[in-house]
Amino acid sequence: MRGTYTRRNFLAMGGGLGLAGLLSACGSPVVTSLTGGQPSTADVIFWHLFGGGDGENLGTMVENVQKATGHSVEATLLSWGNPYYTKLALAASSQRPPDVAITHLSRLPTLAQAGLLTPYSDTGLAQLGVTQDKFTPAAWEKATIDGQTWAMPLDTHPFVLYYNENAAKKAGLLNEAGDNLADLSGPDRFVEALTEMKKVTGKYGATMPTITDPSTVWRWFYTVYSGLTGPVVSDSGTRVTVDDDAMNETFAFVQKLTTELGLMPASATPTLAQQHFSNGDAGFLLDGVWNLPLYTGVKTADGSELKFNMVPIPALLGSDPVAYADSHALVIPKAGGRSAERAGYAEQFIQGLLDDSTIWTGGGHVPAWLPVQESAEFKQLSPQKNYVDAAFNAVYDPVGWYTGAGSDFQNQMGGVISTVLTGATKPESGTAQIKTALRNFASTNAPVS
Amino acid sequence: MTTTTAAPAPGIARVETTTVETSGRDNKAGWLFSTPFLLLYALFLIGPVVLGLIISFFNTATVKSDLGRFVAFENYADVLGSLDFWKSMWHSTLFTLLTVPFLVVLPLLAAVFASRISRNQWLYRIAFFAPYVVPSASVCLIFAFMYAPEVGLFAKAFGAVGLPAPDFLGSTNGAWFAVTMLTVWWTFGFNFVLYTAALQEIPEETYEAAAIDGATPWQQLRSITVPLLRPTISLVLMLQILASLKVFDQIFILLQGGPNLSTRPVIQYIYDTGFTTYRGGYAAAATMVYFVILVAVSAVWMIATRRRGADA
Repeated sequence: MRGTYTRRNFLAMGGGLGLAGLLSACGSPVVTSLTGGQPSTADVIFWHLFGGGDGENLGTMVENVQKATGHSVEATLLSWGNPYYTKLALAASSQRPPDVAITHLSRLPTLAQAGLLTPYSDTGLAQLGVTQDKFTPAAWEKATIDGQTWAMPLDTHPFVLYYNENAAKKAGLLNEAGDNLADLSGPDRFVEALTEMKKVTGKYGATMPTITDPSTVWRWFYTVYSGLTGPVVSDSGTRVTVDDDAMNETFAFVQKLTTELGLMPASATPTLAQQHFSNGDAGFLLDGVWNLPLYTGVKTADGSELKFNMVPIPALLGSDPVAYADSHALVIPKAGGRSAERAGYAEQFIQGLLDDSTIWTGGGHVPAWLPVQESAEFKQLSPQKNYVDAAFNAVYDPVGWYTGAGSDFQNQMGGVISTVLTGATKPESGTAQIKTALRNFASTNAPVS
Repeated sequence: MTTTTAAPAPGIARVETTTVETSGRDNKAGWLFSTPFLLLYALFLIGPVVLGLIISFFNTATVKSDLGRFVAFENYADVLGSLDFWKSMWHSTLFTLLTVPFLVVLPLLAAVFASRISRNQWLYRIAFFAPYVVPSASVCLIFAFMYAPEVGLFAKAFGAVGLPAPDFLGSTNGAWFAVTMLTVWWTFGFNFVLYTAALQEIPEETYEAAAIDGATPWQQLRSITVPLLRPTISLVLMLQILASLKVFDQIFILLQGGPNLSTRPVIQYIYDTGFTTYRGGYAAAATMVYFVILVAVSAVWMIATRRRGADA
């Protein structure tokens, strides 16, 4: 049989050739999945969670950075929220993470405590001039856990007050110069302003989604509550630190606006709230800055373009203004086999994105990178320039393994707050329900700490 | 949902197994032939199950390599006391109650009708079986397009006759309806094939004899087909119950367990706690509780069929 082609010899040869072909492409995903390394289909593998307008802006930035550095970047978009963080954490814990990834700062503590990220001090970012003094302090602070910094903040996106310029003018709510909203600090002044606005619109003073959007109602509630006192949970989320009086007062205030006074809708979906503000049924809108593109270029009933502006939410129950906010930030997930060269590419990519973040502000975000924030180019951007202060008064989600953007925690909190806004639940009962939910979270064994 | 449970050949004749004296060499060959399977089975099934049982007693984080703190039965106590776990358990049960009747009865009727067609039988068999081989992600994307509010196929169809379309993806009842309809269309084929195979086992002579005695087709179906198919029906029922209890793909892809987690099945609950919030130990405990429930369901079926077998 030797020297002749048998079926077996032939198959063995074919198998050998096939295997050789696979292995010759050393960085191919097939091989790296077997050998346990990172796939290297590009110089920088980048994961993010931005669709829509943000996604387009980011795409432009990635193109620009690629051109500037000459390194290839493979940007992958994954589903927003829990699915994204699930994939990121599992990829990092199985030693095959991307080189650079986006994260919300509210989600950072868990990723950092699980040991999935490269700390700033182990990177060469400082040599590239990416240093603490060039970031918005509140964002840098949030990116720092127990003295270690883990992420480079890209922006701050606060929860703000949108106002319809024409309606505000008619209601006499503009400042002396007539180019911005007058100071509405304090609960009485705020209610007064909404009442004036309601007279003008004939329907509502302000609007916001009160149902089917738990994250937004949580942002509104926590903005008001944080003006009075500290976070609802402490010690990494293991202790419930609710101030009952402050919470009752907060609930009573937000409920009064939607029910007793009828200044805001008691039951509105995100779509309905968007309609209210777009067609002038409400002169104010409480929403995140990231929805700026949604209202840009909107046509009102008489065919003219909707003229609006945005300001930080004034101080309400407390003495100082507070802006509930979150930040997008860039992290370098930990990977055992990453070469120094690849790590360098990742750092240059991060620096490039920060330098190019003027484009990013198109999505309403306040850049966290001060060289951009203080640039002449950004200072001309309206309405962005009008709410930069909110980034400095930012209050983030309380620290805990269960909190953060799109988390179950926000869904549960928002669920309770929604029933208070619609008038179905009394303030005291709302406080009790919030505390029960928080105790459940706090008493659960933390998976990472 | 795509279960690959090895089903015993559906037939009505029970094969009498006679023990043949096997020489040691044959035995060895048998073991040798089974080795690849046994290796993979131990590696990918037995191993992970044992590992899962071990970590269910620890506060293990999914994203860390160490076991974490030993917590004995704390995870189990938390699972049994968790409202969310029982809610999702109920959702899996509800899905089973919604789908099993359709998926046991309709394929039987279809198989009977298809077997009576004299020409182009293969076409009907392929038509019924084809959807079953489509991957879950594709099926869900196709249906998501049809269920889409305002622009979807169903919304347009309802609109054409002037009716408001039900909210298939945004309301709980609509979502259950949507996912049930998808599942029946998609997995119909598997049971249809089992029934078709069993129908071919029934000798033609019985029908001829019944026809000569003046039995109508309906009487033939009632008195010959159904009784002779009883073992197959019972098997299909059991396989379908287990498959429906294991639902994950459709609900996860089509609805992400929404609206507001009102359709989240127990496997998604395990996925959410284990992979999204990293509570590996807790999720392993939930898996074990769920596993015990499945075993209990199977045991009930075994006892019931044994008893029937003894009566026969």
